[in-house]
Amino acid sequence: MSERYFPDLMPSPGISRESLPWWEAALEGRLVVQRCTKCHAERHPPAPCCKSCGSHELDVRDTAGTGVVYTYTVVHQKLIPGMPEPYVVASIELDGTDGLRIVSNVVDIDPSKVRVGMEVEVVFEKMSDELMVPRFRPR
Amino acid sequence: MTDSARQACIVGIGETRYAKWGGITDASERGLACEAVQNAAADAGLDVGDIDGVGSFADDRNLGVLIARDVGMRELRYAGMSWLPGGGGACGALGSAALAVEAGQAEAIVVYRSLCQGQHFRFGSAAASYGQLPTPGFHQASNLLEAEMAFSLPFGMFSAPIAYAMVMQRHMHLYGTTSEQMGAVAVATRAHAQRNPRAVMHGRPMTLEDHQASRMVAEPFHLFDCCLENDGACAVIVSTAERARDLKRPVIRIAAHAEGAPGEYGWGPFLDTNGSDALYAGGGTDVIARDVWKKSGMGPGDVDVAQIYDHFTGLVLLVLEAFGFCERGEGGTFAASGALAWPHGKLPNNTHGGSLSEAYMHGMNHINEGVRQLRGDSTCQVDGARTCLVTSAAGVPSSAALLVRD
Repeated sequence: MSERYFPDLMPSPGISRESLPWWEAALEGRLVVQRCTKCHAERHPPAPCCKSCGSHELDVRDTAGTGVVYTYTVVHQKLIPGMPEPYVVASIELDGTDGLRIVSNVVDIDPSKVRVGMEVEVVFEKMSDELMVPRFRPR
Repeated sequence: MTDSARQACIVGIGETRYAKWGGITDASERGLACEAVQNAAADAGLDVGDIDGVGSFADDRNLGVLIARDVGMRELRYAGMSWLPGGGGACGALGSAALAVEAGQAEAIVVYRSLCQGQHFRFGSAAASYGQLPTPGFHQASNLLEAEMAFSLPFGMFSAPIAYAMVMQRHMHLYGTTSEQMGAVAVATRAHAQRNPRAVMHGRPMTLEDHQASRMVAEPFHLFDCCLENDGACAVIVSTAERARDLKRPVIRIAAHAEGAPGEYGWGPFLDTNGSDALYAGGGTDVIARDVWKKSGMGPGDVDVAQIYDHFTGLVLLVLEAFGFCERGEGGTFAASGALAWPHGKLPNNTHGGSLSEAYMHGMNHINEGVRQLRGDSTCQVDGARTCLVTSAAGVPSSAALLVRD
């Protein structure tokens, strides 16, 4: 049973053809990035085609699940009931990618201690049987 | 080369009263749009029936074809909607109108924005716009924007302050920018608003200490780093130089306009935090800065006064840097030097009070104030102002216009 960080009322992702493989992988506890099967260029968020070679043949590949905090904010707005206050939204630069960044959260830390450059690792929060959301905690 | 007789000019400006969010209950947003259009026509000395085009941006709810009918335009010959998102589009809508009159498609185009936010969802609040979503699980995205938000909303990136706080946090990390420096932007514009009776914050002065003491929204943004949310409407009429000379106001040329961003910028950091430091922590306006200077043959040293879109204090700094008023990373130092404050600053900025203190009209009121400055009608008048730079929101693909009175 994974730990819970955010309330059930958190918005769930609106899934598209492009994002489905990413969220399916997350449900299996895998942090992935979209990859072009032809030229192996990677991107996030996922898109319908490769921006390097134009191919529409795309898949996803596993990442190491680690990265560094590129930037962040400590949010003091309480926009949804049950939200932790404050909470951290961060952009995480993923290790082993070409500098790809994803928006996520830094958890398991006093928000005032978060810093740019902090090394983090993924932790999946089980929101329901259908949804696992990757957050990050200090390594 | 544009035929000089058809050179695009702003011939009229109009607005309604401005009120705090939800403060206008005796008129509809549509009614306010009509009022602003009528006021702009009256200001120009133009019969509203002679307006033959409508323009707006960011999915304006107040459909141009209906506003055209509502106010009694005799013919509609231009109906332009800019794809520039959020607050990025005011100068883009103006620029498209300028192209249309210069090309002869229409003779007098009104560009407008009307907001009764109490009657509608809050602009810039992703969570509210999608309402309360189903219990955790998958659901089908209903459009491209919601599909992209699959990578921001589930992580609590619900509002514009959150996204742009992250941009400024990176800027602070790279260049040592401080909250007090951002506060200088807010304090200057608030002081300007004290002279402007239209301003929602007229009669409510603010010090840097007040700014620092205001509650934290998303670090580093305090409440007073964030723009207002307002009800009201604002409009400008674009026509040709030939027509402008026959009307009753001074001729204000749209000397240059530009729009866009690097292609990779997409919708900007609200939805995607990739890109170089120069792009992510730069606000995305380098492209429009380059184009405005190139098209006008002018540079930052030629600008007498500026109206730089101020949804958040920090993003004003990024635009100052991108347009070359100071070096990259020096925006905070520039603002804290008093450069933005009328009357003695090097570059008086947002002399109406901006989105932070006059009203949040998605930047349309910045265009109106630019025109007022060049007419000599501002409540913080820069002596002999002949050139005014107006920009729309950084942080999304944006736009800018350089207004000139010859």
